[in-house]
Amino acid sequence: MEIRIDNLTKKFGEVVGVEDLTLHIDDGEFVAFLGPSGCGKTTTLLTLAGIYKPTEGLIRFGERIVNQVQPKDRNIGMVFQSYALYPHMTVFQNIAYPLKLKKTPKNLQNESVRQVAGVMGIGDLLDRRPGQLSGGQQQRVALGRALVKEPDVLLFDEPLSNLDARLRLTMRGEIKHLQKNLGITSIYVTHDQVEAMTMADRIAVMSGGRLQAFDTPEELYDRPKTQFVAGFVGNPPMNFIDVNVSQSDGAYTAKTGSIRMTVPAARGAPAAEHAGAVVMGLRPEDIAIASEGEVAGEIFVVEPLGREDLIDVRVGEHSFILLANTESRHRAGERVALQFDMSQVQFFDPQSERSLLWRQ
Amino acid sequence: MLKHQAANSRRNALRSYLGAYGFMAPAGILVIVFFLIPVAIVLYLSVTNLASSNFTSDLAKMEFIGLKNYDTLFNDQFARKIFSNTIFYVLVTLSIFNVSLALIVSLLTTHIDRNAGFIFRAMWILPRITSPVVYILIWKRMIAEAPFGIINQFNELLGQPTYNYISTNPWVFVVVVNGFIGVSFGMIIFTSAIESIPKDLLNASLVDGSSRLQRIRFVILPLIRWPLLFVVTYQTLSLLTSFVEIQLLTDGGPGLYRTEVWSLTAYHRALSNYFGNAQWGYGSAFAVLLVLIGVVLAVIYMRVFRFDELIAEPRVEAL
Repeated sequence: MEIRIDNLTKKFGEVVGVEDLTLHIDDGEFVAFLGPSGCGKTTTLLTLAGIYKPTEGLIRFGERIVNQVQPKDRNIGMVFQSYALYPHMTVFQNIAYPLKLKKTPKNLQNESVRQVAGVMGIGDLLDRRPGQLSGGQQQRVALGRALVKEPDVLLFDEPLSNLDARLRLTMRGEIKHLQKNLGITSIYVTHDQVEAMTMADRIAVMSGGRLQAFDTPEELYDRPKTQFVAGFVGNPPMNFIDVNVSQSDGAYTAKTGSIRMTVPAARGAPAAEHAGAVVMGLRPEDIAIASEGEVAGEIFVVEPLGREDLIDVRVGEHSFILLANTESRHRAGERVALQFDMSQVQFFDPQSERSLLWRQ
Repeated sequence: MLKHQAANSRRNALRSYLGAYGFMAPAGILVIVFFLIPVAIVLYLSVTNLASSNFTSDLAKMEFIGLKNYDTLFNDQFARKIFSNTIFYVLVTLSIFNVSLALIVSLLTTHIDRNAGFIFRAMWILPRITSPVVYILIWKRMIAEAPFGIINQFNELLGQPTYNYISTNPWVFVVVVNGFIGVSFGMIIFTSAIESIPKDLLNASLVDGSSRLQRIRFVILPLIRWPLLFVVTYQTLSLLTSFVEIQLLTDGGPGLYRTEVWSLTAYHRALSNYFGNAQWGYGSAFAVLLVLIGVVLAVIYMRVFRFDELIAEPRVEAL
């Protein structure tokens, strides 16, 4: 099912939930809505579900305009963060509920529920009540309930947020696998950018009720169009410092205080055209500690992540977060030099926060 | 050293008991002073023949007559009538107003705009917070005979015959007048129960394909089962003992005991008999039977509805 959202605005009284959102989702695509809490992603999801009615704009499922269509007539499946299982029903009754409402014959209900439960690996839990299940099992039941009526669209509202880290990893893979197998158009709301990056075909980054970017994970990571996207996508987040970029003899240099960095012409030129200071963005993996380099600083703190260390290096008043091999065994207080891989550097307009490199 | 520890732990245990009793004390004292002691006094009065003619406030001087009052009561030709009046009044008011209408009002007001619902419910509380005398006076003016009563004025306007409602339909108005008050209790309990159902659950039901009516039937009603049973229980007991509104509206009449209920009889006999002839002993016998019925019903309700499960220890640590 193809979904087309055009100029969607949803207001609650004076409060704007979503503003002028335009988004076209292809049939069978897995799209993540990514953004901090209160950015409007859940509002958008509930509007797609039909719980909220749009204030302005159009939502189309295929060719059908669904603005005023009741949730029950949209053929959607939805998975909630809180699982939202009916506590007074058994697992079987929970999964069978959508079929019961559709007045599916009893024997077909039975068959479908068992089949879905089999796929979800909860076939032996059908007699239990939600209260007797672990979080992971409850999430599988919720997923089963969403899938059993063979929906045209699957909506996920932060479905993994309440699970522990390990289970989240497993479920992440399972949901992605399932979605690809079934080919159901899916929208997945999350504030966890790792989830969005790993699962989605395309990510809609939202902030303050507005769409910031809608693109594939790779594009968002390599060519962020706004500073918000650059800062929000990627973990640990991108380092930002204010610099002045100037050109002399065809060589571009970014300067701030004592720091001087040579910028490749392709990226330096648009930044140099901008009058005044610009915001420079560097990902942690593009910074390395070296015995000697362009910039000298002091290690402020070392956070071991196991596979690598997250190191905060202070250079004057600036702070750079970078990732380093654990074997180098750096310690706080150590004087180090930094080397920058400037081939991936980003530049943003400090006023509009738009990228100077990737115009929209 | 060990001895010291043992003494210490005993002292700690004592201290924690004291703490527990300390916290229970305010409620405990209220129950003792306003329930247990009155019940004991009434129980004692019911085996005496205390009346205005032989009045004394000295418990020791009261004349003990054994179960004679109860004997009289069971042979009272009107006791059966009053008993069935009571059952009728409690069952009809409870089922139509205190439970059904309360449920309907809370379901309606939770499905409309929040503020509108709030205002609507606030209006339903008015009968309860109005002084019974004022409230009944309003009703009496409304159903008064022509040309005074508003309802009869409408009847005249529509060319209908007028009625003396208190004598033609006393039960309708006894039930309606009490029912209007009764709705608000269930309404408050049901509304808060409905509003405490997680939003996700309600949304999930709609997404799963239910209409709003189906959601009420399959999700909301099963989830407010306990509040429902609580309201049934509590309101049965409180209707059994309520009589002020009936007293003010019909005073048990018209005629002989047409709308007289058990608790009103207890009051009439003990405190408001003809010519100031108050029979405290006999009235107390009525009251004791009412207490007995109430306690038995309460125990049955607690067993049947497993109230102990409702008040299970909070599982704070398990969270």
